[in-house]
Amino acid sequence: MQPGYYIVLAAILFTIGAVGVLIRRNAIVLFMCIELMLNASNLALVSFGRMNGTLDGQIMAFFVMVVAAAEVVVGLAIIMSIFRTRRSASVDDANLLRY
Amino acid sequence: MTAQLAVEAISAGEAWAFWILGPLAVLAAIAMVVARNAVHSALFLVLVMLCLGVFYVVQSGPFIGLAQIIVYTGAIMMLFLFVLMLVGRDASDSLIEVLRGQRVAAILLGIGFAGLVATAFYRALLDVPAQGLETANARGNVHAIAEILFTRYIFAFEVTSALLITAATGAMILAHIERRRDQRQTQPERMRARFAPGNYPAPKAGPGVYATSDSVATPARLPDGRYSERSVPQILPKRQLTEAEVAPKGTASPFGRSGESAGPGPVRRGGDSAGNHVSATPSVGQGGEGR
Repeated sequence: MQPGYYIVLAAILFTIGAVGVLIRRNAIVLFMCIELMLNASNLALVSFGRMNGTLDGQIMAFFVMVVAAAEVVVGLAIIMSIFRTRRSASVDDANLLRY
Repeated sequence: MTAQLAVEAISAGEAWAFWILGPLAVLAAIAMVVARNAVHSALFLVLVMLCLGVFYVVQSGPFIGLAQIIVYTGAIMMLFLFVLMLVGRDASDSLIEVLRGQRVAAILLGIGFAGLVATAFYRALLDVPAQGLETANARGNVHAIAEILFTRYIFAFEVTSALLITAATGAMILAHIERRRDQRQTQPERMRARFAPGNYPAPKAGPGVYATSDSVATPARLPDGRYSERSVPQILPKRQLTEAEVAPKGTASPFGRSGESAGPGPVRRGGDSAGNHVSATPSVGQGGEGR
């Protein structure tokens, strides 16, 4: 096996996450799909770092983790406040600015 | 690759780990996307993240692998589950397509995108060997990461703290419910409103409870099916309740009123055969006698 296989796996996982963002309606599941995409990019970063023989990839994955944690905190708080006013977590129901 | 660079050979154990956990991660990711229940999605995502954590450890990044398992599966996914439980289990997806053909188009797009990117990477990286992290990790992975993090990436690291504080403040502001001072209800007011006539203070019966009344005034049944008057606490009539609320309430069978003849429920049979009129009397009348 080649180290490039990890990158291929990361690309596949990223695509699954992107497809999930496109086809799901639940806001929380959308967030999980975004997390999956971030994880796939993390895997690519770590694999690239190993192929290059430096630890920069792992540092970048570490920062991606921190940013993902912050993003999840704010995003879930937004979902909660939307749910509190609309009684729904579906992204189709949040259409107040639509018309 | 130039010749003087070290080339790391990939061990058979790593190949085994990849070929077992890689398809597992892909399957779990697909299951996460297609699972109707959001809780199942979260658990499948936990599985994907655990697989990725193992990949990091295998690729000589034990620190980032354990941070993945602790931070992602331990903290972030538990946060997801908390919010799922707050939002409710009914948060499953609707099957209505708002844009017609969007799902099929998205899946086709995804297959095309994955094919393009994966084949491009595969062809580009087919002959690129891994240099490995033996020299970088010579003094330990955590030591090496700390060395880089606190020298070259120190500014990004400091900015991270600002990001985290901003996120925490934003979450607090978003989750905060502003209530005006005159709308605020004190605890004694809330207590009085709870026990005022017209409001039922006790919790409702749980699902599947075979009773038509969940009142504490409902008497227990004796083995022969009669009602036990002693099971109704005598403190009940002293509260500010109406006569009907105080009265013992029989557990009527769902097919008719309690005490009527030919009750089909198995609970009723004992009382009927005994012919006892304690259980046969309508419950309202007994409340007056009990007082």
